[in-house]
Order: sequence, then structure tokens, then C-alpha cells
Amino acid sequence: MAGTLAEKVWENHIVRRGTDGAPDLLYIDLHLVHEVTSPQAFEGLRLAGRTVRRPDLTLATEDHNTPTLDIDLPIADVTSRTQIQTLRNNAAEFGIRIHSLGDADQGIVHQVGPQLGLTMPGLTVVCGDSHTSTHGAFGALALGIGTSEVEHVLATQTLPLVPFKTMAVTVDGELPAGATSKDIILAIIATIGTGGGQGYVLEYRGEAIRALSMEARMTVCNMSIEAGARAGMIAPDETTFAYLKGRPHAPEGADWDAAVEYWRTLRSDDDATFDTEVALHASDLEPFVTWGTNPGQGLPLSGRVPVPAEIADENERQSAERAIEYMGLTPGAPLRDIAVDTVFIGSCTNGRIEDLRSVAKLVKGRTKAESVRVLVVPASARVRLQAEAEGLDTIFLDFGAEWRNAGCSMCLGMNPDQLAPGERSASTSNRNFEGRQGKGGRTHLVSPLVAAATAIRGTLSSVADLGPDVVAPDGSPLTDLQTA
Amino acid sequence: MEKFSQHTGVGVPLRRGNVDTDQIIPAVYLKRVTRTGFEDALFAAWRSAPEFVLNQPAYAAGSVLVAGPDFGTGSSREHAVWALKDYGFRVVISARFADIFRGNSGKQGLLAAQVAQEDVELIWKVLETRPGTEVTVDLVSRTVMCDDVVAAFHVDDYTRWRLLEGIDDIGLTLQHEPEITAFEATRDHWRPRTLPARHLPSVEIKAARPAGVTVELGTTRRS
Ligand code: SF4
Repeated sequence: MAGTLAEKVWENHIVRRGTDGAPDLLYIDLHLVHEVTSPQAFEGLRLAGRTVRRPDLTLATEDHNTPTLDIDLPIADVTSRTQIQTLRNNAAEFGIRIHSLGDADQGIVHQVGPQLGLTMPGLTVVCGDSHTSTHGAFGALALGIGTSEVEHVLATQTLPLVPFKTMAVTVDGELPAGATSKDIILAIIATIGTGGGQGYVLEYRGEAIRALSMEARMTVCNMSIEAGARAGMIAPDETTFAYLKGRPHAPEGADWDAAVEYWRTLRSDDDATFDTEVALHASDLEPFVTWGTNPGQGLPLSGRVPVPAEIADENERQSAERAIEYMGLTPGAPLRDIAVDTVFIGSCTNGRIEDLRSVAKLVKGRTKAESVRVLVVPASARVRLQAEAEGLDTIFLDFGAEWRNAGCSMCLGMNPDQLAPGERSASTSNRNFEGRQGKGGRTHLVSPLVAAATAIRGTLSSVADLGPDVVAPDGSPLTDLQTA
Repeated sequence: MEKFSQHTGVGVPLRRGNVDTDQIIPAVYLKRVTRTGFEDALFAAWRSAPEFVLNQPAYAAGSVLVAGPDFGTGSSREHAVWALKDYGFRVVISARFADIFRGNSGKQGLLAAQVAQEDVELIWKVLETRPGTEVTVDLVSRTVMCDDVVAAFHVDDYTRWRLLEGIDDIGLTLQHEPEITAFEATRDHWRPRTLPARHLPSVEIKAARPAGVTVELGTTRRS
């Protein structure tokens, strides 16, 4: 029978098929764990006298609470320190591998899995974190789960799951210069809405997706959850194999050949049917920014803050009014005129080496706008090392940015990197919810290129706003963008 | 898990759509390592406003939350469910729930009852005109009653069964242990294992130091 990519991976993991509306029991290949959503799960195991079934399919890292400065000192915040210590204790007690602060493999869980070569096509990957969808970039079925489910996977290495619906999101054409994979996914979310993906696994396809690097694909899949989807996937191809080859946990020799042979079968059959199909043209896209307090409230940067009175749907109007008030914006004002206080470049969405390289190309030899503080935070310690090996750290420091240790940082207000109340940021992360980056903080989600241009000019800007001499990340001039 | 078949309690109208889990419980409260004691964290940012619905005496003892569409979006934090339960909520009514939130609720005995938006509007009207009105939610017949409004709600059969029986998922799965073991024997041997650990050589990570720019919390950096 013809099947979609998601269905094939699902079928491949059924331990027990559910009957009479009961869910299927699925085997989990890889379980990633971090400090925030796991303590209560380990406690549950202890109370029930259970063990971790497969410590060898489990990996823990510290990311959400960790500071990005002074990491050699004890963590100042007592509750954060306790939570991290609790993870360390649990890892020791249950025999789980952990990469702690200061270790070269520490970092955001969704970067650590891929960079170690643990995330592979065709796997089922879970983590007590909604952005687990990131791993779908490899053609894995990757799901964010709650703490009860974390406990369930620890105890049984399986999860009871109800089959999802499938949605094909096809992005054809070629991205214009200055637009990135972040703009693709922000545009998709603005199109289908924050609830549009509910109950679905999205499969991103089409030539614009095929043309993306692994890092860029991870950015797209990362934000699937922002459209409400359970997961996002991209069929593996040569780009995927090239990324994986030689990684520490990638198969070797004959195993590699067997793996690749299997991975090549992981694509939706030509005659497979999806429950829903959505299409977008990459050539229509421009750099996108969000103006509101959910990731669906986004517009091309050339646009203006919406005027609520012009919105017909009552719920949407109210939500726009509330968002504009919270964000401290003026209806109808050009988005480009919005001045920011902070630019945050990092997170599991855009804290990868490729993101840092593209920012560095733009800011090299320039100085940041005086009114802005700029934080550059690599997604993992390895990304930091790589960036330093390439000299990117010096470029950032010369630009006037802060170069931090790895972690979730200002993506969410759990560690010291937070916005002050009323402070406004352009952020390469994935959520612009009220207070997400600190109580009262105001977040505009942007791509790394927009973040860099904004850091240079002080107001929300695209690469094209920097003038005719600017070069693109690939070194080509961007003079042809001046009309944007 | 406690069994759930019917519940009657004060309804709380929350006229907001897209209530994300960062609003239900802000990240700062996620640092605790316990599973209970989150009642103070529920809607923490909104509760500082005196006009917020839970600050009105008539609704303070509410146990049935009636919210706008797309409730529980965003983060997977089960703390959102714990906070609602610790505060005293047994049921959340909304026209649409985020998938992970719905799943988490089902595991914790909080009923996420999906009711058509036009019925939600009718219930809101009753609750706002007569604050303190009780709502009865019957899981057996899948109906919500609030004054003269009677509405059907949707919850999937399996979750309903588990709630009615109060069944723990892990216990259920472990009954199939032999099947899990049999499945494990069929897995490709090259599928990744985290142990023994393999990684690139370990290198010392230098600690970044403050750049000398401090932002005092409670102030903005621009005037
Ligand atoms: S970077 Fe942000 S979104 Fe990603 S795992 Fe960390 S907190 Fe979650």
C-alpha cells in the first residue's frame, strides 16, 4: 500500500496495534532528557520501584536553566541549581549518560542529538520538550511529550499513541536573497495559523525545502509545533546522509551502507495521499517578522502593524488588540520603524553554526547600533568551539556583541538571560508569547539575517536596508535587493 | 489516577483564545522538582491584574474553566496541567486544544472537554451574567450543562475509558512486556545507542564573562 513518510516510520515501530480505539504502542528509538521536565518522571519511577528500561537509548543534557556566563562558578539561582543537580543525581542513579555544563557535548538537547549523529532518519525520537519536532529534519518521527509520557518511556521504551493525520506542506521555487528557512516557516505558520497543524504530522517538501541545508531544515521542523502540529518531517536525501556521515554515532562500514539503503526508502510514495495539502511559493517570500504574541501573528517586514478595527473575525480582532497593547505598538505603524533594545541570536531554532556564520558575514567590520545589546549564544558547546575555530567569536566581539556559552539562554525566562519588563527584542528563537523572554518582555521573532541587520541599524531591518555595498552570506552582492 | 465520571463546580469564563502554556504557568515556576504545589503559579502574570477573572470572588473557587479556542498551545510542560489541578480545576472546556496539552491532561485526570465555539459563547454568557453559576460535566454521556445550556462535548474514547476507570498507562503497557522484548529483538543493530558513549575529543570550554553591560530588572534600557 502506498504510504507517506510519517506512516512508514509509524508502521516500522508498532509493538502492538491498538484495537477498539485504543492507541498503537510504538517503540521509541531515542529518548532525550533535560532538567526541566524530567525530575517528576524519575520520582515517579522511584515511587513505583521501576527502572529505566533502556539507558542505552537515553541521553540527558542541561540546557534550559544553565547560565551562559561564569559557567565555571556554582549556579547562582538556588532553584535552578537544585533542578540541575537533581538531573545529575537521577542520571547517576539510573545509569543515564549526561552531558553537563562545561562538557564539550553540553548544549540544547535538539542540537546535541543531531551533532552526535544520534538523530537519524526513520527513528522515533521523543523528549519532554515541544521542539523535539526539530529532529524531524532527518526524516525521524520526533515528538514532544509531557512528563507522564517521559516516565512512560523511561519505564517501557514505548509510548501509546493515536495515529496522526498527515499534511503535505509543499514549498516550490527558490528563496529570494535575504530570505531564509526561518522566513519559510514563519510564513507557513502565518498561513495555516497556530492551530492549523493540530492533530497532524507535517511533511515539508518541494524544491525550496530540498535546497536547504540540514541546519536550515532543522529550523523549519523546529517550529512545526508553533503551527500546532505534533511533528514535522523532511524526507532524508543526500544532504542528510552527508551531514550524518562520520558523526560519532553514525553507522560505519557495511552498517552505513545498510542504513543508507533503508533510509532511501523513507519518502512518501508518489501515489500516497495526505489528509491535507498546503502549498507556498518560496519566490513570494520576504523576510518575516512577528508583531504579536503568538508565532502566527507575523507579517513581511515591509508591512505595517495591523489595525484591529479592520479585522473582521471577533476573536482575532480581540487577540490582535491585546497583542498590540502588550507589545506597545501603534496600529498601522511600519514594522521597519520599530526600535529594539536587545537582539538575541541563538536557541534551538537558529543557534547553529550556519546561523552564526551568516550573522558573522553581515556584521563583520561593522559596529552595532549603540542603543542595542546583542547576545550571540551558540546552541551547543561544540558549536561554540567550531565558531571560535573559524574566528567568528572575534567578529562578534568586535561588532560589540556578547559571545556566550551554550544553552537556551534568552529563548525563555528560566536562566539569567532575560528581558526587563517593557524591553523589546528581535529574537531568532521560536516563541513570542507574553513574558516568554522575561516578565513583561516584548519579542519579535526574526531570522538570523534580520537579527543581524537589526543589530546594525537598531530598528527591525532586513539585509536590503543596509545599503548597496552589502554582500550576501554566500559572498554575492545584494544590490538587487534594494527594491525590497 | 483518580476516577472521573461526573463533576459539578463553579464555571470560570476565560474569554481568551490561544492561551499558551507560558501563560498558564510562566517558565520561572518550572524550576521546582515536585509534582504538586503549583497553585500559586497558575496564570501568574495575569493574576497580578485585579480585574482578572480568578481575582473576582464569585469565580475564585471555580473548578470548570471555560476558555477560548486553541487552549494549551506551545510548550509541552505538564506543569500547566498540574497548576490547573492544584488550583482546583477538574475540567477545561474549549473549542480546540493543543495536542500535547490534551494528552497531558488525560494522563493526569484533568478532563479536556472539546465543545463547539458557539456553545462556549452561550456558556460564557451565562457565567458572566450570573457569576458563580455551576457547570455540570458528565463524562458518561459526554454532555456539559450550565443553566439552560446543554452541550455535547468531544473526548476520544480511549481517554474517556481511562478517565472513567482511573487507569495508569505504565501499568497497562507493562502487561505487554513480552511483546516489547520481542520487538527489540527485531531492531536493526546499527540503530544508535547512547552507550557506550562516542563523541569527539573533549576540549576545555572556556567560561564566558560578563561584558560589563548590566540591565537592572524592572527598568527599560531606553527612555
Ligand atoms: S532553545 Fe528555547 S525552544 Fe529550544 S529547547 Fe531551549 S527553551 Fe526550548
